[in-house]
Amino acid sequence: MLLFFILLLPLLGAALPPLVAHWGRDAAPLAAAVFSSIALALLFILARHTFDGAPPELLLPWVPALGLELALRLDGLGFLFAFIILGIGLLIIFYARYYFPAEKRLGRFYGLLLLFQAAMLGVVLSDNLLLLATFWELTSVSSFLLIGYGFRAAEARRGARIALAVTGAGGFAMLAGFLMLGHMAGTYRISELLALGETVRAHPWYVPMLLLVLAGAFTKSAQFPFHFWLPGAMAAPTPVSAYLHSATMVKAGVFLLARLFPVLSGTDTWFFIVGTAGLVTLLYAAYLALFQHDLKGLLAYSTVSHLGLITLLFGFGTPLGAVAGIFHVINHAIFKASLFMAAGIIDHETGSRDMRRINGLWKYMPHTALLAMVAAASMAGVPLLNGFLSKEMFFAEAVHQEWLGAVNWVLPALATLAGAFAVAYSLRFIHDVFFNGEPVDLPIMPPHEPPRWMKIPIEVLVTLCILVGVLPAFVIKPLLDVAAAGVLGAVPHYDLAVWHGISPPLIMSLVALLGGTLVYTARRWVFMFHDRIPLVDGSVIFERIMAGVYAAAQALNAAMDNGRLRRYVGAVIVIALLLGMAPFLSGRALLGDLSFTAVDGVSAVAALMLAVGAIASVLFHEQRLVVIIMLGVVGLVITLAFVHFSAPDLALTQITVEVVTTVLLLLALFFLPGGAGDREPRMRHWGDGVLAVLAGTGVAALVLGVLTRPYETIAGYYLANAKPIGGGDNVVNVILVDFRGFDTLGEITVLAIAATGIYAMLRGLGLGLPQTDTVGRDWSSERHPLFLAILSRPLLPLALLVAIYILLRGHNAPGGGFIAGLIAGTALILQYLASGIEWTQARLRLRYFQVAGAGLLIAALTGAAAIAVGRPYLTSGLLHLELPIIGELELASAMAFDLGVFFAVLGVVIIVLAHLGRLSRLDVPTPLETPEEAR
Amino acid sequence: MEVLVAVSVGILVACAVYLLLRARSFSVVFGLVLLSYGTNLFLFAMGRLNTNQVPLTSMPGPYTDPLPQALVLTAIVIGFAMTAFVVVLALRARGILGSDKVDEKGSDV
Repeated sequence: MLLFFILLLPLLGAALPPLVAHWGRDAAPLAAAVFSSIALALLFILARHTFDGAPPELLLPWVPALGLELALRLDGLGFLFAFIILGIGLLIIFYARYYFPAEKRLGRFYGLLLLFQAAMLGVVLSDNLLLLATFWELTSVSSFLLIGYGFRAAEARRGARIALAVTGAGGFAMLAGFLMLGHMAGTYRISELLALGETVRAHPWYVPMLLLVLAGAFTKSAQFPFHFWLPGAMAAPTPVSAYLHSATMVKAGVFLLARLFPVLSGTDTWFFIVGTAGLVTLLYAAYLALFQHDLKGLLAYSTVSHLGLITLLFGFGTPLGAVAGIFHVINHAIFKASLFMAAGIIDHETGSRDMRRINGLWKYMPHTALLAMVAAASMAGVPLLNGFLSKEMFFAEAVHQEWLGAVNWVLPALATLAGAFAVAYSLRFIHDVFFNGEPVDLPIMPPHEPPRWMKIPIEVLVTLCILVGVLPAFVIKPLLDVAAAGVLGAVPHYDLAVWHGISPPLIMSLVALLGGTLVYTARRWVFMFHDRIPLVDGSVIFERIMAGVYAAAQALNAAMDNGRLRRYVGAVIVIALLLGMAPFLSGRALLGDLSFTAVDGVSAVAALMLAVGAIASVLFHEQRLVVIIMLGVVGLVITLAFVHFSAPDLALTQITVEVVTTVLLLLALFFLPGGAGDREPRMRHWGDGVLAVLAGTGVAALVLGVLTRPYETIAGYYLANAKPIGGGDNVVNVILVDFRGFDTLGEITVLAIAATGIYAMLRGLGLGLPQTDTVGRDWSSERHPLFLAILSRPLLPLALLVAIYILLRGHNAPGGGFIAGLIAGTALILQYLASGIEWTQARLRLRYFQVAGAGLLIAALTGAAAIAVGRPYLTSGLLHLELPIIGELELASAMAFDLGVFFAVLGVVIIVLAHLGRLSRLDVPTPLETPEEAR
Repeated sequence: MEVLVAVSVGILVACAVYLLLRARSFSVVFGLVLLSYGTNLFLFAMGRLNTNQVPLTSMPGPYTDPLPQALVLTAIVIGFAMTAFVVVLALRARGILGSDKVDEKGSDV
């Protein structure tokens, strides 16, 4: 469980810095540091077991059906990375405190930093592929947010966007690859997968799976041709560049190569893809790094190049290659993070990052210069520094590999060439910045040493460079051993010594040092040569592709989305028709084997009425009063059909909805009176008619096809259990309030949302009252006919009584909350219609939003009550009571739920109709709601 | 009887589709109302047409399928809310655009 807290602490901690930032400048960094430190302490407590060979594990099921589980494992590799993430993370937290200008609030920055830290820890600690992919995406997202931290700069937004697009797309590909891998191996658990390498490599899906997984690794670790996002990401604040874009996140790709090394490596495909990508990236980026004028740009390309080196090492597929790769991950994290921090200081103190302007800083900040020079020397691979050791291991591996047969010498040669360029750009970093004459036109002149504390993190890292470089066997071997064991299972024999005697790697190192110095000395010609080469930046190509995609999308959108509702509706119907037609065209019989049942006279007459009503509403669709009456006829026939076919609940619902719908349409009719025809071309009518007939025929055919085939149902369960489990005889109602109670809760919520939307749309709507009806007659002067008003008043208590009766009996006989709510709503609306809104509102002091809200609350709380007694949400309980006089009474908690439905439906009906009715009364200022609500 | 129901559903859907494609908003509302009638009847018919088989377990069986009934019951009520929403939307559109044509382009909405 402690393992889980390593993850959880930064994740929880991420919320804290934004909350405390206003307390003062130190609050946010302090909060972040506390959480990271505790996580680091936990890591070391747990690491004891890792070093003993029993990695701590944690397994919590999450979505077992998908193979997704919260599986964490702290093996050697995970420990190494977690250590880098938390260790360098702490240094960065410290450094950033001084990096940002004093007046800046840092809550958001530190929150995002911890979020990233948690995500990255998740990647390296996951023991499940799907979990790893989840955290992987989270690192992409938090990297996006951090690159775009200074979101007011267009450059930052662009860099963030490109980084997210590239790494996010790669993440998707990787997820697809993981799904295939999990399928091939039969498990998503990484620790189980490691033993299944043979199976995976022999599987026919191996190559496509490998390509997808590598797409994820290469995009994340900025391998050619996906490298271009990383220089763009330099728009981020420098602490972010140091942390995410050199030490940790960009290592996620090579981490993945290491993690899956035993499963995926060892084939020709692996060598040629991974090796080629690594080699090309190593050379190309080392070459380009030399020509950057931006300090961070140089470091960015150098980072890409070093990532290529690590990739190439894993591409060799040999155990020693893997060890060297891991070693270089450590070394690169140390020297590159310190170089970025030094670059941040220079930027901070001079106001510029342009190496053509920054010169001769040795005079102004010797302390910083010394630190940066040691780190840069390590980057170049100078002996007695850590970078030298792993680079020598790399040279040794390049010499020993035998994949290329007769042209084996090519690889050591190219490796030496890349080494020479690394020396050259490191030299440029040192010479151009700290020597080479005087500064040119710096914004801040003269530059000073930064605050003392700002240099502490760099000093820590540079000390490590030297310690590892001088005493590798003492300082780094145990860590490297345990990490190598995590990757390879066993540790191969390797020798960490500064002096191996005169050997090919040493000669290569010396050649690289000399060659690099030569290249830098001759830089004038090299730069001239470089200017002649037409090189296109990857991000430009990327932007062009994106612009093309946008243009295509816009063209498509313009063609599809022309703002014409009728075209949309037409398209939907045509597509539905085509889809519906397909099965019929496949040659299956339209009708099944069942015979038809007999038609009785009453049904035939009813169907005729329905047909007449429907067709009449089409024929007279401009005479809207007629249509409303015709719709009433249709609704009535449907009600009768429900009665006839054993559905009394439906009949009750339909008839009450019929009433409220009619009132609704009549209210709207006042403002949308219709009249003159729509004067459309005849062709349009015919076209629509053909479409309509086709749609109707299709649906009719579908109904016939279904009704003449045998019936299978799951109704048996509901019928058998309605009484024993649900405590009611009315199975329809029990399904609504008990078996499918959650659906019903959703449905009444939708009702309430619709009512709120209607209320919002009606607010402030002035339609201009028509003074006469469509044929020019004045409105009746009698607003509220006395006869109706007097008759309706005694009706109210009676109707409410009926509603309550219907509600109470609903569980056992036709009725229930929906129907009762509609009846009560109708009864109240009748009062509004008969006596006017102001009259009714003065007497019925109900706030209908609160009625609807209370309904929702009752329903939701009834469900929650089940949780209180330890049952799943919305489990219903039964209560048997023996009461005097009334006799035996069975109460189900679902009945309380039904009460909630009742109030929700009642509230919604009144909100809709009363507010709509008020529209026509705007000439008389009558607030429907009480004043404080109207606000 | 099956043919009768099938034809009824077909007529409802055909009339609804025609009205949905009209230019003025109130006709579209009518089309929606008819379409929900048709759809509800269609869904209901999927549970087969049984007479005198009310799904009340207090009565002697057999019982018709209660499941489509439960579905349709909520569909009817939601249908009302949807109709109301569309009606008010039509009113609002008229208020803003000054027209009840569904494809009228507003000046600045």
